[in-house]
Amino acid sequence: MDWSAIVLSLRLATVTTLILLVVGLPVAGWLALSDRRGRWAVDALVALPLVLPPTVLGFYVLVALGPRSPIGRAYEAITGNTIVFSFQGLLVASVLYSLPFAVQPFAAAFSAVDRNLIETAWCLGASRVRTFMRIVVPLARPGIVAGVVLSFAHTVGEFGVVLMVGGNIPGSTRTVSISIYDDVQAFNYARAGRTAALLFAFSFVVLATTYRLQRRSGRTWPIGS
Amino acid sequence: MADRLIASFLRQHAPAVSIRADLELDAGDKRVTVLFGPSGSGKTTILRCLAGLDRPQEGFIRFGEDVWFDAATKTNRSPQQRRLAYVSQDYGLFPHLTVEQNIRFGMDAAGVRARGRVETILRTVHLEEMAGRFPAQLSGGERQRVALARALARDPQLILLDEPLAALDLPLRDPMRRELRQFLRSIDVPSVVVTHDRVDALTLGDQMAVVSGGSIRQVGPVHEVFSRPIDLTVAASVGMETVAPGEIVDSSGGLVTVRVGSSQIRVAQPSIVARSVFACIRAEDVTLETSPRGDVSARNQLTGRVTAIQPEGGVVRVIVDCGFLLSALITRPACDELRLTESSPVTAVVKATAVHLIPREIP
Repeated sequence: MDWSAIVLSLRLATVTTLILLVVGLPVAGWLALSDRRGRWAVDALVALPLVLPPTVLGFYVLVALGPRSPIGRAYEAITGNTIVFSFQGLLVASVLYSLPFAVQPFAAAFSAVDRNLIETAWCLGASRVRTFMRIVVPLARPGIVAGVVLSFAHTVGEFGVVLMVGGNIPGSTRTVSISIYDDVQAFNYARAGRTAALLFAFSFVVLATTYRLQRRSGRTWPIGS
Repeated sequence: MADRLIASFLRQHAPAVSIRADLELDAGDKRVTVLFGPSGSGKTTILRCLAGLDRPQEGFIRFGEDVWFDAATKTNRSPQQRRLAYVSQDYGLFPHLTVEQNIRFGMDAAGVRARGRVETILRTVHLEEMAGRFPAQLSGGERQRVALARALARDPQLILLDEPLAALDLPLRDPMRRELRQFLRSIDVPSVVVTHDRVDALTLGDQMAVVSGGSIRQVGPVHEVFSRPIDLTVAASVGMETVAPGEIVDSSGGLVTVRVGSSQIRVAQPSIVARSVFACIRAEDVTLETSPRGDVSARNQLTGRVTAIQPEGGVVRVIVDCGFLLSALITRPACDELRLTESSPVTAVVKATAVHLIPREIP
């Protein structure tokens, strides 16, 4: 088995999930709890990776971060490296690609928190941030766990975006799914089969566990029943 | 001594739905103000505007020196800045926090720090043993106590309660109502209580504001509003049983004689402007006799026939046709003693002071 690819995928998924937790919670909080205009636009933007082909997303990330773009040039001036075809570039793409898998369950869980409790906390003098941290987030925990698990699993399994933005550099951008693709190209079906089976088992266990937890806490994101 | 709340505002929900409120609330002997009216009349919206949860379009809300809301200067203080306590209908206890943490939440957020304060407050509401429990482990009455304790712990200058007894089971409602009354009386903080229940209003309120059709119709001492509604809408809201149209035929010596249907009633109401009136009589102010007694000057004795007898719990509602339909509320033993049956003759006795006149526009 291609252990370096497996380790890389897990590393990528872990860091991506952590970033999504930091970025996704406030975004989801804003989407679920604010009544400001223009919400629909942000909703659509967040959901976009669900419907866009990974190649389209990858293409735009490639162009936006490439050596000719302002971001790419700035990055190169500071670090001396290009951002595309590197782990960092892959990270940016992964965060964007998995955004809905974190934000949507977060937002669903936040909306399910009784509005009365939020207003009660405000009237008791708690600021919006304090209310969010002490009341909303704890009560939305099952949904937050679901979002974390799903974005982790989704990042482990991504292929198209990685291929577009990361390329295929062993130890740096060669993830599990790319490794399987390579093995098949090289007619190494045995190794591809082992890696595929591992990924299959991993994904099933993760989703089964998530649904189990959701059932127990009474929430049924992402598939209602 | 707590400050004075003066509010006059308009909130528009939809183009056709607006809520108007004019309210003045004094601490002192008028500590508890009841916002009374049927559901959908706008009571909760008024409460939410006072709390800062809803924003009116016009008017102002002032508490003492503080301007909470002013449409003219675009001032709108947040709920956090108003230092009040808002207790929603289902009490809004945080399910993931214990009783003690719930109470402490308001104190920490408001920056109230006093050692032993939580213990003192838990003792006031008799919940010392419940400090470590979660809301789901409490009874309805205990939940209400925790909500009140938490409201008090925050050290508010105004307490707002939305239908505080509606979430309770019927047998629990009576004792909790008395307890709530005592609680609101014992603290030195003015409160506004929203309710659609007559008994709640009579028990809890010092002052009462009748809300109907999106505006406050009448404000006054509870008993006065109940017995002297200013118009038909308020009369209907407070459940005035007998409202009959009549004409003033004579007025002398502070006693007005009104012809209602084929009867004449004397009413002690010195200042009446209109000639056409509605005579309002509360059913509990009517007593029934089998036959007329000797003339008693300040009482009206109206002879008629019983048209309906409706038992209502411990009392009996008797409808008498004495030239107009008069509703009387008497005890069950009194009803048995009078041997009333449908169409039996009866004399209804009503004090001249128990009749209230509302001016009537002739169509």
